[in-house]
Amino acid sequence: MILKFLLTIILLSPLFGAVAAGLFGRQIGRRGAHTITIFGVAVSTILSAYVFWLFVFNGQAVYNDSLYTWLVSDGIRFEIGYMIDELSATMMLVVTFVSLMVHIYTIGYMDHDEDYEHSNPYYQRFFSYISLFTFSMLSLVMANNFLQLFFGWEAVGLVSYLLIGFYMKRESAIQANLKAFLVNRVGDFGFILGIAVVVMYFNTLDYNDFFAGLEAHKETTISFFPGVEWSMITALCLLLFVGAMGKSAQMPLHVWLPESMEGPTPISALIHAATMVTAGIFMVARLSPAYEMSEVALSAILIIGATTAFMMGALGIVQNDIKRVVAYSTLSQLGYMVAALGASAYAAGMFHVLTHAFFKALLFLAAGSVIIAMHHIQDIRQMGGLRKHMPVTYIALLVGTLALIGFPGFSGFFSKDSVLMAVGQTDTFGAGYAQILLLIGVFVTAFYSFRMFFLVFHGQESDYVKNHKISESPLVVTVPLILLAIPAVIMGLPMMDGIFSGSYFGSSITVLPENDVLKTIYTDQYHGVIDMMIHSLTTAPVILAFSGVFLAWLLYIKRPELPGKIKQACPRGFYMLDNAYGFDRFNEIVFEKGARKLGNYFWKSIDVKLIDTGIVTNGFTSIANAASALRLSQTGFLYHYAFVMIFGLLAMLVWVLW
Amino acid sequence: MLFGFPILSTLIWLPIIGGLLILFLGRDRDTFTKWFALSVSVVTFLVSIPLWTQFDTSTSAMQFVEQVSWVSQFNIQYYLGVDGLSMPLVLLTTFTQILVIASAWDVIKERVEQYMGAFMIMQGLMIGVFVALDGILFYVFWEALLIPMFIVIGKWGGQDRVYATIKFFLYTFFGSVFMLVAFLYMYFQSGSFSILDFHAMHLGSTAQILIFLAFLIAFAVKVPMFPVHTWLPDAHVQAPTAGSVVLAAIMLKMGGYGFVRFSLPITPDASMELDWLVIALSLIAIFYIGLVAMVQKDMKKLVAYSSISHMGFVTIGMFLVYDIVQNTGSIQGSMIGMEGAMIQMISHGFISGAMFLMIGVLYDRMHTREISAYGGVVNTMPWFGFFAVLFAMANAGLPGTSGFVGEFMVILASFKANVWYGIVAASTLIIGAAYTLWMVKRVFFGAVANDNVGSLKDLNKREFAIMATLAFAVVLLGIYPAPLIEVMHSSVANLLIQATTSKL
Repeated sequence: MILKFLLTIILLSPLFGAVAAGLFGRQIGRRGAHTITIFGVAVSTILSAYVFWLFVFNGQAVYNDSLYTWLVSDGIRFEIGYMIDELSATMMLVVTFVSLMVHIYTIGYMDHDEDYEHSNPYYQRFFSYISLFTFSMLSLVMANNFLQLFFGWEAVGLVSYLLIGFYMKRESAIQANLKAFLVNRVGDFGFILGIAVVVMYFNTLDYNDFFAGLEAHKETTISFFPGVEWSMITALCLLLFVGAMGKSAQMPLHVWLPESMEGPTPISALIHAATMVTAGIFMVARLSPAYEMSEVALSAILIIGATTAFMMGALGIVQNDIKRVVAYSTLSQLGYMVAALGASAYAAGMFHVLTHAFFKALLFLAAGSVIIAMHHIQDIRQMGGLRKHMPVTYIALLVGTLALIGFPGFSGFFSKDSVLMAVGQTDTFGAGYAQILLLIGVFVTAFYSFRMFFLVFHGQESDYVKNHKISESPLVVTVPLILLAIPAVIMGLPMMDGIFSGSYFGSSITVLPENDVLKTIYTDQYHGVIDMMIHSLTTAPVILAFSGVFLAWLLYIKRPELPGKIKQACPRGFYMLDNAYGFDRFNEIVFEKGARKLGNYFWKSIDVKLIDTGIVTNGFTSIANAASALRLSQTGFLYHYAFVMIFGLLAMLVWVLW
Repeated sequence: MLFGFPILSTLIWLPIIGGLLILFLGRDRDTFTKWFALSVSVVTFLVSIPLWTQFDTSTSAMQFVEQVSWVSQFNIQYYLGVDGLSMPLVLLTTFTQILVIASAWDVIKERVEQYMGAFMIMQGLMIGVFVALDGILFYVFWEALLIPMFIVIGKWGGQDRVYATIKFFLYTFFGSVFMLVAFLYMYFQSGSFSILDFHAMHLGSTAQILIFLAFLIAFAVKVPMFPVHTWLPDAHVQAPTAGSVVLAAIMLKMGGYGFVRFSLPITPDASMELDWLVIALSLIAIFYIGLVAMVQKDMKKLVAYSSISHMGFVTIGMFLVYDIVQNTGSIQGSMIGMEGAMIQMISHGFISGAMFLMIGVLYDRMHTREISAYGGVVNTMPWFGFFAVLFAMANAGLPGTSGFVGEFMVILASFKANVWYGIVAASTLIIGAAYTLWMVKRVFFGAVANDNVGSLKDLNKREFAIMATLAFAVVLLGIYPAPLIEVMHSSVANLLIQATTSKL
């Protein structure tokens, strides 16, 4: 009972802040808005920490209870409720903590804004949105059923839409948010059909009832085309995964994420890096009992994840916008997490979600700090030599980058190595392909990360930097950086054992014994973290990462004239990367223009020409002509008729009732 | 019935008598007229509340029944009553009416008493449609309703109102003649015009097919369903705001109501035989009309097409039961579809009403509905922008708003009936979001497009109150639809039994 109350407070206090700041922003002012929202999220964070302690350290049993019944139809209860275990408790803490950091950081970042006048309550609105996001994300991770999962799923999509379009006067921003929403809706299209399969075969929306029914449906088939029977569970898993591909930006539904950088940087950190985009990975981990039963789905996930990891990472090399570099690295890292799911290493995937949440939020917020210092210039070619001007940001970004490339000892090293080891160990179809792509990806990641790092902080100061005063950001910006840097460095090590042995996530993740690659590694190869770190120095990932850093140093510090020459030498490759493989053009031509063309055809040729002109007008005209003998005066005829009719009817009614 | 008080008759006649009175008393007394109309609508709403609070959810039998012989030689009765299918629609009508009256407050300056009178009479007649249990009584209300609407569009409408009114009138009149013929046939077979007797009577398969088709024409025009939908966009574009609201929020529901009150219980075998027709037309509405909505340049047309598309969920939800039985061997799951369809009707009442009211707010200020005349409205009308995004999201079926509930339930049930129904129905997630949010982008977001937009004033108190009321309704139904489902439950269960019990 007390726990239910606590959970409800955790869920609703950010919502309360969001409503207060959103609807009464003018009344409570800037200070009121950020105080109330930060207070709300802080309450959530502290209580989430308690819940985390309770479930992860104190061994509290899974808590599963409904809050209220949304509706009951046909014996199926559509409920709102909580399922709290190690998995959701961990996500809750990560979401609320990163959100809190972003809230604080926002005070500094949004203080001045060139798009809005100071009197505009944009500031309050922004706080309202990020608190609303926190509420939505919490309801997603705390859900004990598909309905609430879908609610949270769509609600985070809504907030993402609002925040990408935050600078609503900019055409690029409102184009990007529309695109983000629609691409996500393509994913949700699959997702809702997945839920429809669940309801059809399991007659429930509740996770536990669904898991309990899985075994009985092992052999059940579903038919989409006459005569073609597919495994129902595979269809279910793949449909739900389409939703995950939308939210977690897997190819080919990744196209919205780079453009989501149109939003203010704090939300790029919170939504488009640390939390919302990992919802897809969380969902698959949450539903691991189902995914474990479909080899086909796991294979597809592994292949899609690895492809995304490599191809999106490669695009990071040619980006010149500081946020876009980080965005493509997010896409690539999401690919790693998804690939881990495909290898049945859900715990490793979630592990990477967690470390990534911290180091990527750190990277984004550090990038934001650079952007503040550069007066909202985001092109890294105009930066250079910033190290002297902003030491805290420099170190923060370095820590984030080292974690990202998997430098031994940093959190990202452990999680990424877990993913790579798991993929190397699995015998899911496509594992060889995935392993190669992921390994090349490590090299690429290190290269583009340090390319950006060197271009921003080292080398020659650009003219802009020389001619403007560049200074370190205020404390509200740097303190969150420091607080995020700590977990980005240290949190990998203590979790390692628990992830591999399976003790960390406990029963919240289900892996079939024959698929349990992490356990296999744990018993056969694993000899503790220290051994792992030492051993890693001779393994491919770390060597590849170091070579990536070296190449970046060579090209951007030592011989800065080389990149231009290489670009000239292979224009085709750069053309392909510059256009991001042409996905955007394809979508524009086929889907955007295609839908409009089809709509116009339906409207003009069928509705207007065939039905209206062809049948209705011609039909009526011929009837009218035939009846012309009876025609009364043209004007007033219909009024006349109408009045006679209504009064006639009323008179009749009155007369009869009298 | 509460202390023997004839609630249903009051709900019908209070507004009609009020409307007639105001026609005579309200001439050149605009302020009095408005307050009078508002008072009557509020009182009517208050009178309708006991329908909800005193409603017995455990039975599918008619409640609050009033039965008097009307034309005894033909056994026509003045027979009223509500069940779980009609009661929510009555409340939707009384609720919407207050907003309708309020929406015209400062806008209509010409012959206010006729305008208000027409809407008040219309309200009484609409309630009559939903509560009539006698075929002829139903028909009288159904047809009489055309007249005030016809006058409203014809008199206060836009430039091409004559074309639109004639189209509206002929379409609907054409449709309902068939219904009258069906009633007469059944009367000659059963000797009664009582709808409940129609439910109970036996009918051969040919007769059922013909009656089903007659009903289908009448109701399909009203809903409207493809291909008899083209009157609606024209009527909406020409109608004044309040006319569009009534049309979209309530009148369209009469078509959906007709299917559950007449088609399914009276002709179950024909419904089973021909359900594919309704389903196919509904899916066309969802997909095809959705794409047509996307390319509209006029906001009202866009919302009108979006209405047709959303009503596709109502009609498909109602006719899924036969495929579900055939596909899964049990009736399990069909209730979700039927209840989803009913919820969708109520929700669409709120959302489409809100959308048309929003367009009205813009039209009152700018006198144009062209999307291209706008851009960046949210810069000058932030509160309006807030409501616009909220209602747009509801229109796009976002969970947490009422628009999600019905669509979600119907998608779940369609998938169960046939995976491809589910797939086509779910396409609304993409298409519905595309046409709605693309319009929002072009009208509300962006830099201020021109000086006219730049000088817009945000919502006044009256407009704010209207929007806030609807927003409250949309969100409340979105986060807690259980009570509404509960009042429908027994009647829906009974309806499904009727629909699956052969009359042959």
